[in-house]
Amino acid sequence: MAYALQQLINGVTLGMIYGLIAVGYTMVYGIIGMINFAHGDVFMIGAFLSLISLTLLSVLGLSSVPLALALTLVFAAGIAALYGWTIERVAYRPLRGSFRLAPLISAIGMSIVLQNFAQVSQGARVKPIAPLIPGGIQLMNVEGFAVQLSWMQIVIVVTTLAVLGVFTYLVSATPLGRSMRACEQDQKMAGLLGIDTDKTISLTFVIGAALAAVAGLMFLLYYGVIDFFIGFVAGVKAFTAAVLGGIGSLPGAVLGGLAIGLIETFWSAYFSVQYKDVAAFSILVIVLIFLPTGLLGRTDVEKV
Amino acid sequence: MDSPLLQVTDLTMRFGGLTAVNALSFEARRGEITSVIGPNGAGKTTVFNCITGFYRPTSGGIALTHPDGAVFQLQTLPGHRIARRARVARTFQNIRLFAGMTVLENLLVAQHNALMPNVASGLLAVFGLGGHGAAEVIAIDRARGWLDRINLLPRADDPAGALPYGDQRRLEIARAMCTAPVLLCLDEPAAGLNPRESDALAELLKTIQADGCSVLLIEHDMGVVMRISDHIVVLDHGQRISDGDPAHVRADPNVIAAYLGEGDEDDPDVPLAAASDGPLAAAS
Repeated sequence: MAYALQQLINGVTLGMIYGLIAVGYTMVYGIIGMINFAHGDVFMIGAFLSLISLTLLSVLGLSSVPLALALTLVFAAGIAALYGWTIERVAYRPLRGSFRLAPLISAIGMSIVLQNFAQVSQGARVKPIAPLIPGGIQLMNVEGFAVQLSWMQIVIVVTTLAVLGVFTYLVSATPLGRSMRACEQDQKMAGLLGIDTDKTISLTFVIGAALAAVAGLMFLLYYGVIDFFIGFVAGVKAFTAAVLGGIGSLPGAVLGGLAIGLIETFWSAYFSVQYKDVAAFSILVIVLIFLPTGLLGRTDVEKV
Repeated sequence: MDSPLLQVTDLTMRFGGLTAVNALSFEARRGEITSVIGPNGAGKTTVFNCITGFYRPTSGGIALTHPDGAVFQLQTLPGHRIARRARVARTFQNIRLFAGMTVLENLLVAQHNALMPNVASGLLAVFGLGGHGAAEVIAIDRARGWLDRINLLPRADDPAGALPYGDQRRLEIARAMCTAPVLLCLDEPAAGLNPRESDALAELLKTIQADGCSVLLIEHDMGVVMRISDHIVVLDHGQRISDGDPAHVRADPNVIAAYLGEGDEDDPDVPLAAASDGPLAAAS
């Protein structure tokens, strides 16, 4: 029981990080119907930016951890947003209107470019960081097994929920969000109503990249080590989360992320760590067989 | 009233070997309802697509003159600029509402420009800054005003896709009007409506005209066309075959020939119950 509770806590934390990345996949898919394979690498870039920022701040002698984290969050999200904008501008926009596979291939290329860029500029070795937020709360102690809820996990879950909250508000209740949803449904019509669709698509990439950078910071804090290749695995998992939740659906992305995080953690805890990815992806296959649109995906009702 | 609102000059649109519109010229005057009619395949929708920036015409010009004298060459502007700067709105033959958004949101999207003049203000709105709240209140008021006019106020928060067909048609027109256009282009707004709904539509268009917005209308329902048009342009095979007020057009032998086929046509498309005294008599 205590063991299961501990796994639940770990799984939710991991799931939150996946969910944050998955939101970026699902948004871009929603608006231009394309899988942005470079998104996982933007997450990796975000993690590196966080590492650089944290290192720099500690060199500069900033001792307040909350302040350092806040500054890092803004820095990483801001620069990653620039990455997102540039990627869309350079690799995807010129191919809009081309055949469907063209931007997809371009995305794979972009992913390789970013990975190699990080490898060359940051080195191929694993980068560690000292734990910034040590300690935690001991929830219960059953027969010598202590259930720990670390401060780090609380920070990750709270930050993720806050970021998702702001983001959900943006999409559901602001003019920007409305124009994003309008572009998602009918780009040409949105254009005819005076919405600059190119700009709206750019903003979608910018926001998605900023969220990925937040996830990158959380990942760095949680695991303490990053390398240039983390984007690939995390990206595939987050993409799976987006598909599992129903691609195009924002709550679905978060739910899918949580599901993947929990499956992975529980499988590692009770069965075998080596097969955790097999378990996660098998569940994906099973869900998609029975719910082809994912957990919260909506079926398009064809009206004649 | 001196310069026409919309002046189409020598408009030609070719798709490969097919000439859909051939050296077409016509005018739409300010404050009038101008109808474009013609048999199926005459090029009416192509003309609309050129006006609203969906197509780049092969050649020719489309000039729109605002009341303040500003002139826009529509064939050179991208689609969203036509809506935003030149203030031309349109609807389609098939309904293109944002079905997943609420009725009210559909009208708010159309007021996007007033609500979000630039990206910064769009992002500030997330935190309730940048005067977003006040602009939103005005936009909602305006949207509700339109919903009241088309009798959809009680359904403001329903998804637009859940409305009955006739209501969706009217909502599309209201949405187009929420962009504050000087010219409203309607592509077969009466298609699929029953006679009573068509009447309501004609009334709605009359009130839009009374509000000072000019209307350009493609329509097959001759009852509606003849009743509300100030000016009719008849197209056939991409060319103008007649132009004038309803009475003139109805009596024009060219028009009768185009609609009835005058022997040599391949497939006469007769949209009207041919009454004893001519094809367009049904409307009189």
